[in-house]
Amino acid sequence: MTAILSATGITAKHGRNTVLHNVDLSLKAGEIVTIVGPNGSGKSTLLRVLIGALKPTKGKVTRKDGLRIGYVPQKLHIDPTMPMTVRRFLDLPTPVSDEDAVHALCTSGAQGVQSQQMASLSGGQFQRVLLARAILGRPDVLMLDEATQGLDQPGSARFYQQIDAVRRELNCAVLMVSHELHVVMSASDRVICLNGHVCCEGTPDVVSAAPAYRELFGTGTGGALALYRHEHDHHHHHEAAE
Amino acid sequence: MLDDFMLRATLAAIGTAISAGALGCFVVWRRMAYFGDATAHAAILGVALALLFGTSIFLGVGFIAFLMSVLIFALSGKGQSVDTILGVLSHGALALGLVAVTMIPNQRINLDAYLFGDVLTVTRGDLGIIWIGAVVVALVLWRHWTALLTSTLSPDLAYAAGMNPRREQLVLTLLLAAVVAVAIKVVGALLITAMLIIPAAAARNFAKTPEHMAFMASGIAALAAFGGVRLSVLLDTPVGPTIICVATAFFALGAVSSLVRRAA
Repeated sequence: MTAILSATGITAKHGRNTVLHNVDLSLKAGEIVTIVGPNGSGKSTLLRVLIGALKPTKGKVTRKDGLRIGYVPQKLHIDPTMPMTVRRFLDLPTPVSDEDAVHALCTSGAQGVQSQQMASLSGGQFQRVLLARAILGRPDVLMLDEATQGLDQPGSARFYQQIDAVRRELNCAVLMVSHELHVVMSASDRVICLNGHVCCEGTPDVVSAAPAYRELFGTGTGGALALYRHEHDHHHHHEAAE
Repeated sequence: MLDDFMLRATLAAIGTAISAGALGCFVVWRRMAYFGDATAHAAILGVALALLFGTSIFLGVGFIAFLMSVLIFALSGKGQSVDTILGVLSHGALALGLVAVTMIPNQRINLDAYLFGDVLTVTRGDLGIIWIGAVVVALVLWRHWTALLTSTLSPDLAYAAGMNPRREQLVLTLLLAAVVAVAIKVVGALLITAMLIIPAAAARNFAKTPEHMAFMASGIAALAAFGGVRLSVLLDTPVGPTIICVATAFFALGAVSSLVRRAA
């Protein structure tokens, strides 16, 4: 299968600092890829390069023709002076039918909030509405930037389950950025460990065993950060890319 | 037709108010009040230029407001402290304009007319320009509405949807220059920002969606314009400030009624 989105030799700056050095990444249709890395490792910058919000100083991003991106930002600040119902928000950037809107909210696990103001939603509901908006465009790839920030652990676990459900329904690729390894990794086909450059890359098993990964995240975190893996040894055909 | 100066004044004020009301929502949502001030204050410099070269005031003001807004647009992408830059440009332009106006030979102009507006003297030609300006602003807003709104919410969301938020910001900047050019005759350079912000702020208390707010802001601004012109004749007060007073009264009413609703 060919890549629907690929980046080669990306070098990019955040302000004056170069935070990405020569990063390669490619995403195939339907694949779930998680980018992990410590704070300041350039995860969000990479995502911004991929959606076209930031021009890399070097390197190139190639998208499949007409690639539709569903983007769920880390957080969205709606100025309190702007009134915005959930229903109206879902119409951005393209108006959708009421039926589709209700369906997307259901799929995202945020039923019945259509007529509420965005500002009145709880953190979890808000993220689900962002997810609903992102899937309404029938994206080829769903991109999530630390989408569970501000949710407690059960909340973010539920959110990731929701993403899994969404992906099964839409059959889209998912590219997410996270530091919540324990929740994320189990669902990923491939994990990219980023720290300004790609430290290591591969299936969750391969990455969690990689020395570079252990150096970044340590092994001594015990139960709190234990990866829960499930039957990853038998249904993954593609091994580590490197 | 349109022989009555009161009718012309009322129509001019309403035309300006409708476009300023809708555009003002973006000024409020994007926190561009200072930006509006800087563009509006530069208008006095435009007046000086227009007098110097003997061109139309609209042209001079529009040109300078346009230059000013493009300058701010270019600087605002650089990530410096925009607030300070705007403060410098805003007051620098106002002072420069005031000095420049007095230096024009053989002109004894009434500065008040440009600082606070002089809507009772609008000619039929002025009225035409004001309404053409208002219609153009409304049409551009209509066409760019979704892109402007998405870019305002989050530039990254706009990029992901294939829009260019920088371009949308430039569109907004140009619209602002157009409104400044149109509004200087009506409320004057010092109160243009008020015409943008106050109706939008008043509408916020009642609106549920951005569109709702924009229509209400236009409506409130038009009512304030109509009421302000009438009231100023009745009380023999300057028209521009009276219009802004009426708009402020609407805002106060809205704020009080929303407080009451919340308490109930």
